[in-house]
Amino acid sequence: MAETVVKATRESFGEALCELAKTNKDIVVLDADLAEATKTIIFKKAYPDRFFDCGIAEGNMIGVAAGLASCGKIPFAASFAMFATGRAFEQIRNSVAYPKLNVKIAGSHAGISTGEDGATHQCLEDIAIMRAIPNMTVINPSDHYEMLGAVKAAVELDGPVYLRLGRLAVESVNNNDDYKFELGKGVTLRDGSDVTIVATGLLVREAVIAADNMKAQGINARVINIHTIKPIDEEIILKAAKETGKLITFEEHNIIGGLGDAVLSVVSEKCPVPVKKCGINDRFGYSGPAKELLEIFGCTASGIEKEVKAFIGK
Amino acid sequence: MNSNEKQELKILATKARIYALEGIFNAKSGHPGGSLSAADIYTYLYYKEMNVDPKNPDMPDRDRFVLSKGHCCPSLYAVLAMKGFFSLEELPRLRKVGAMLQGHPDMKGTPGIDMSSGSLGQGISAACGMALAGKIDNKNYRVFTLLGDGECEEGQVWEALMFAAHNKLDNLTVIIDCNGLQIDGTVAEVGGIEPLDKKLEAFGFEVFKMDGHDFDQIEAAVNAAKTVTGKPAAIIAKTVKGKGVSYMENKVNWHGAAPKEDQYEIGRNELLEQLKALGGAL
Repeated sequence: MAETVVKATRESFGEALCELAKTNKDIVVLDADLAEATKTIIFKKAYPDRFFDCGIAEGNMIGVAAGLASCGKIPFAASFAMFATGRAFEQIRNSVAYPKLNVKIAGSHAGISTGEDGATHQCLEDIAIMRAIPNMTVINPSDHYEMLGAVKAAVELDGPVYLRLGRLAVESVNNNDDYKFELGKGVTLRDGSDVTIVATGLLVREAVIAADNMKAQGINARVINIHTIKPIDEEIILKAAKETGKLITFEEHNIIGGLGDAVLSVVSEKCPVPVKKCGINDRFGYSGPAKELLEIFGCTASGIEKEVKAFIGK
Repeated sequence: MNSNEKQELKILATKARIYALEGIFNAKSGHPGGSLSAADIYTYLYYKEMNVDPKNPDMPDRDRFVLSKGHCCPSLYAVLAMKGFFSLEELPRLRKVGAMLQGHPDMKGTPGIDMSSGSLGQGISAACGMALAGKIDNKNYRVFTLLGDGECEEGQVWEALMFAAHNKLDNLTVIIDCNGLQIDGTVAEVGGIEPLDKKLEAFGFEVFKMDGHDFDQIEAAVNAAKTVTGKPAAIIAKTVKGKGVSYMENKVNWHGAAPKEDQYEIGRNELLEQLKALGGAL
């Protein structure tokens, strides 16, 4: 087993950029005055000549990234998920995705776990917004190891990518030696036949804990980690739908437009089974310590366990 | 530039206007006013200034042009076609289903288009990115971008101007086609961007001015902009919206309307007369 790592995925993102930049001279990094928070500061310190702070001007930053990409660079443009995908939505759509330019957008502090900053900074819509744009790949890594693989895959893919980064430190769940990040491929972390829990990002580890707890109680829940929300792994979802008959999704995102709807789109067309979408129930968050908010909004192992049991009637 | 060269540029620009008007007429939609105001600037850049190769449109060290006011592409398409980036036969199919020439520039579908654009304010940021890439790689290419005066109401334009000056992008020339009109009226009435020269200077630009229809002045301003070091250059081009078609000149309603058949014939004949007087032919 690889070492268990407790680290925020934004930190892993910054480290991955530095590692990849050693051999790939085309990687450049842009930020919008949040380098300390998005952890592009790690890259800035290692490669000051390839780091450009664009100031608090996210729309321009994305356009600059588009121009850089058109000249052969591989720009990573980072900000909080709220501003990267919200403020700069239209620049991403028209200047990056329409011409399919090789720009990687990193949105940190996604979800309710942004914590004390409150509703204005807790982005719960980024996955929905980015999923809706043609040519866009959407990745939401669950831990340190997955983020390292995701950043590498983003560099290797010629085209726009949205990477969701979390603020909160998470204990690694993918530290098995045979772990290999494959873009667009879901990962079955626990097998089971009673129900399938489909989770993404921060909630993957919580889902595994919940499944292990339930197993002791005689409930066999399958756990699938979906790190690539677009293009989504239809095969693993359809297999789970056929074999377990029920799917329940968990995401630190509005239940509208995110992982749950992506899963629902797959099964509703090809293997209709009951699907319960769990996450933030179409509302704004508020200030508070991240862990307390996660508890309140049901984004914990116990919250997942409760929802799963209610869903399957146990 | 000698008088023969100037004559040649005038002929090319007039032809570009004719092709632009034809494309817009055929499509029954498009933006004639700004296409006609910018035609001389495109012609100068592509025929006298920019290092580009129509046979190798993606040449890495080429000069680049970003049409930030993307809706004014019909006459740009005409200049690119005349220059040999693609066939003249594409021009009459502007905006048709399956056509190469989209309503707003598409870099993936049209050879010679360096950036997709059309949503105002975005092109200048991409131009900044291209100029920055040139700086990172120590390349000698230059980046030109053309904005509308109305477009300067977009906040992103000012973000980009700040970025360009902050990063000392002296390989960037920002040209603003000041034809004075936008959809809802005059720029003075609608947006109030003046004093544009002082604003650009305050944002760290070296500012030049030119009559955007006078090739001697265009040459002087474009050359002067290239001599600026340590900061970016901007050129304020005074132009006439609808230039060359009498009933369109300085008329706000010709921003985004196609001429009807009788109007088209009048406009086309006027431009053909101008072409004939210059000694040119289609």
